[in-house]
Amino acid sequence: MNRRNEEKLAIGLMRLSLYGVVLILAAIMAVIVVKGFSAMSWSMITQTPKGGFYLGKEGGVANAIVGSIYLAGGATFLSLLISVPLAFALQKEYSSGRLTYYSRLALDVLWGTPSIVYGAFGFIIMMMIGLRSSLLAGIITLALLVTPIMTRAMEEIIRMAPQELKETACALGLTRLESSSTVILRQTIGGLLTAVMLAFSRAIGDAASILFTAGFSDHMPGSLLDPVASLPLAVFFQISTPIVEVQQRAYASALILFIIVLLLSLLSRWIYLKFSQNVIK
Amino acid sequence: MAIQIRNLSVRYGAHQALRDVSVDLPVGKITAVIGPSGCGKTTFLKCLNRLIDLQEGVQVSGRVLVDNEDIYAPQADLLALRKKIGFLPQRPFPLPMSIYDNITFAPRIHRLSEAELLSHINGLTTAVAQSGNGEVKPIGRHLDEKTKWNLLVENYLRLAGLWEELRGRLHEPAARLSVGQQQRLALARALAIEPSVILADEPTSALDPISARLIEGQFKLLKDKYTLAVVTHILRQARRIADHVLFFYMGELVESAPAEQFFNHPQHQRTAAYLSGEIS
Repeated sequence: MNRRNEEKLAIGLMRLSLYGVVLILAAIMAVIVVKGFSAMSWSMITQTPKGGFYLGKEGGVANAIVGSIYLAGGATFLSLLISVPLAFALQKEYSSGRLTYYSRLALDVLWGTPSIVYGAFGFIIMMMIGLRSSLLAGIITLALLVTPIMTRAMEEIIRMAPQELKETACALGLTRLESSSTVILRQTIGGLLTAVMLAFSRAIGDAASILFTAGFSDHMPGSLLDPVASLPLAVFFQISTPIVEVQQRAYASALILFIIVLLLSLLSRWIYLKFSQNVIK
Repeated sequence: MAIQIRNLSVRYGAHQALRDVSVDLPVGKITAVIGPSGCGKTTFLKCLNRLIDLQEGVQVSGRVLVDNEDIYAPQADLLALRKKIGFLPQRPFPLPMSIYDNITFAPRIHRLSEAELLSHINGLTTAVAQSGNGEVKPIGRHLDEKTKWNLLVENYLRLAGLWEELRGRLHEPAARLSVGQQQRLALARALAIEPSVILADEPTSALDPISARLIEGQFKLLKDKYTLAVVTHILRQARRIADHVLFFYMGELVESAPAEQFFNHPQHQRTAAYLSGEIS
């Protein structure tokens, strides 16, 4: 094969994989829309379940939507408090090479740990301190789950900031902290917010870690210490029933979750552009 | 401000980047630091404000006296040192903020007092008039804080020869400027910490010839007030701007001489070879 054809073949394969991914995404979307459309209604997103526990045929999953936003929002906020200092601590300005090497390794292992393990771990901790299934326990467990993701994403983004910019800040007589909290933060803010959105999307879509820790309920979340419904678990419970109408509602719930994640992705792109106008490339 | 370098050596691991350099930088002059690439001239420059500290695995020995204080002494105050020395990098990096904030950023971080602000403005107004970059209207006695900062920004932009181009665009992101403008903004930003010394690391290498000439012109205007050291690999640039020349070759300082003598009567064989293009 000559070199020109070699290149054509390679480009063809790349395009094929690109179309493949888009096709798979479209197929998933199609299944959810087709199967869930009949059950989709205004009451689905505005009402709590009616007509018997969470498998109710009437009403909606408003409690799960709000519960999911609380869970993911709380977990993202909690994780943010840990991730920002951690991401900066992993930079070479602050820590030795050996320490950061092992910390990154640990975070990568945690990133790959199945979420059910986090759920089990959270459950054991809850038992130890006498906390029952609740919004709070769910938030803490989800925060553990998304912290490695947020930290590693942020850390890479900060590391990508140009060395010359760090030198410039240093040459102006800034301390390391001043440099990080002003110049580097402004340079990377778009990327950091993208990392936050990534973590939120991961948190709102996870089912296994909150199965034991957040529990489930059929009413709007009221207290941090009460069990709370969530969309992924609503999908899980509804689709596990033998009743066709309830199964359709599972697809409708999945559609809602899908739309939330889609909107978040669009929002994070918009945020990135909005906050990147000052960025030096 | 005098800078004296004594027995300065720098190693990156096994690589000796600078070998036993001792030299004084003349005050109020432009010193050009020249030599082929990899000869240690940038390393030399970065030793003078300890920016070299940011490199990994670097070992520095010897002494550098800035204003008679050894900056490599354990008790040396690095923040104060860097406030005395302005630095221009090879490629300009505006801070990720507006043009205006690029100038005010460092003075604000250094918590410039109202009185200092006023005295800077007064000093600057004179300097601007002398530099031929236009005249700032004389200031009244009672100014609110915002007006003072505005005047400060105007003065520094005038000193860097940018005011006329940018006066209407001060609140745009600095990233939108051309590279030539960015480098002059970097100069204005460096001047805004009120340094006595300006170090420039091949400041025109990323610029078009016209912007490069503008920067060279600003250096000549500024040299009365500052001690300038400019690293360059362009011999003709050194000829145009230098009062004094340091020639480095493979980590050694070969020759240090006034520009006139250096270019016309080089004392060392390697200098002569470099000037004639035999080694590069």
